[in-house]
Amino acid sequence: MSLFLTQLMNGIGIGAVYASLALALVLVFRTTGILNFAQGEMALYSTYLVWFFTVRSVPVWIAILLAMAISFVGGAAIERVLIRPVEQASPLVLVIVTIGMFLAINSIAQVQFGNDIKLLPRAYPNKTWLPGNVQISSDTLVLVGVLVAECVILYLVLNRTRIGLAFRAVASNPESSRLVGVPVGRMLMLGWAMAAAIGALAGALVIAPVGLEGASMQEILVYAFAAAALGGFDSPVGAVVAGLIVGVVGTMTTQYLHVVHDIELVVPLALILVVLLFRPSGLFGSTRVERV
Amino acid sequence: MTALLEVSELRAGYGAVRVLQGLDFSVDVGEAVVILGANGAGKTTTLRAISGMIDAVGRVMFDGHAITGRRPDQIAAAGVAHVPQGRGTIVDLTVDENLRIGAYRRRGPEIDVDIDRWYTTFPRLKERRAQQAGSMSGGEQQMLAVARALMGRPKLVLLDEPSLGLAPLVTQELFRTLGDLNREDGISMLVVEQNAGLALKLATRGYVLETGTIVISGTAAELAGNDDVRRAYLGI
Repeated sequence: MSLFLTQLMNGIGIGAVYASLALALVLVFRTTGILNFAQGEMALYSTYLVWFFTVRSVPVWIAILLAMAISFVGGAAIERVLIRPVEQASPLVLVIVTIGMFLAINSIAQVQFGNDIKLLPRAYPNKTWLPGNVQISSDTLVLVGVLVAECVILYLVLNRTRIGLAFRAVASNPESSRLVGVPVGRMLMLGWAMAAAIGALAGALVIAPVGLEGASMQEILVYAFAAAALGGFDSPVGAVVAGLIVGVVGTMTTQYLHVVHDIELVVPLALILVVLLFRPSGLFGSTRVERV
Repeated sequence: MTALLEVSELRAGYGAVRVLQGLDFSVDVGEAVVILGANGAGKTTTLRAISGMIDAVGRVMFDGHAITGRRPDQIAAAGVAHVPQGRGTIVDLTVDENLRIGAYRRRGPEIDVDIDRWYTTFPRLKERRAQQAGSMSGGEQQMLAVARALMGRPKLVLLDEPSLGLAPLVTQELFRTLGDLNREDGISMLVVEQNAGLALKLATRGYVLETGTIVISGTAAELAGNDDVRRAYLGI
């Protein structure tokens, strides 16, 4: 039982990372109607920035905040420069653009920073607690804490500020928003900017314990996409809940289902396939999934 | 009278299809002007060209400034509110939030005063203030669309087929309210309508649009007495 609970905690910890990245995907999808395949590589690049700052003896939390700020600006710039010109193009074109970004950002990161494994200093001490024989690591607590903080901040920004109201209006009906004077383009940039900043934070935290290299974010992005699909691509709540589900199912599979050893990825994806068969718009998504 | 909106040689369309063949018309301060026309005549295109939703060539002067080629949010900021066809409800926001977004360009406590004011004009909206706007009836959404437009304190309101899809009684009530807003609050309006009877009662002047060209213009009374207009749009 304590093993089960330990694995549950681990699953929630990694699930919090999937949830963060899924949240980033949802922010972009809700506003620009794009599945951003480069979201993980954007986070990868941001994490290289964290490394870049820490080797120049910037304290690690400051380095993370700096990387988030740069990512925020970079995300907005990507929307404005790369996405805006093809905004009205067919969804296939947009898929190609984001896949192109995926490859480009990955290559740029490796050319710029080298392809050896980088070790990031931990942003917090590595500790484990054993309440009632259940292992809880500081990783889990920090990842969950960060996810909760992200959700609270996002909720407050979206629901308690004028900008947040405009952002939701644009996500719901860009044409009407434009007609009452909302600068729609700026809101789309904001969506990409927030997504990039959230991705930067998730990347820095999840990679720190294991080391940073070119492929660091790829498996995580697959899980995050799975979570976004499971939760419903237009639902932030869905992204968070589904991220945690995917995390827990993945961990449990590794622990208990030895049949699928080394192909653990199959189990959460199969689960998602089944859910989507019965609820095509995801657990929390609205049925009206269309490009806005 | 000074012209609030002065449109000259307006041409616009979609892709290679030119819908508007060079329109000239104007709306004076405090006026309610109607554009009548059949489906496909170019009524909606005219309004979309004015508010910058589609590219247009020609000259649109608003309040002394040329607004042709400006972005829709800039034109809205200049004081043109556009109530689009189909009401443009922001369905995922509540009624209250729909009104607040209408005041996006404004700041300060007067926003709440205005919200109360439109709740007094449209009591149904007040009852449903916390409800998702998309769940309301067509008539309620049309009232919301008008109130949302007015939240920006516009100098001119463009109304695109406000009667579309509404029950006759609801339409009458809406036009009565629009008439009050025009006469008592001096809000200038440019209305495109197929329901010529109601529109000509609201308007002071009007134009008839046929395949992208203005074919008749005159006061509301003149239009109502014109044989062609009566046959084509009033069914008499």
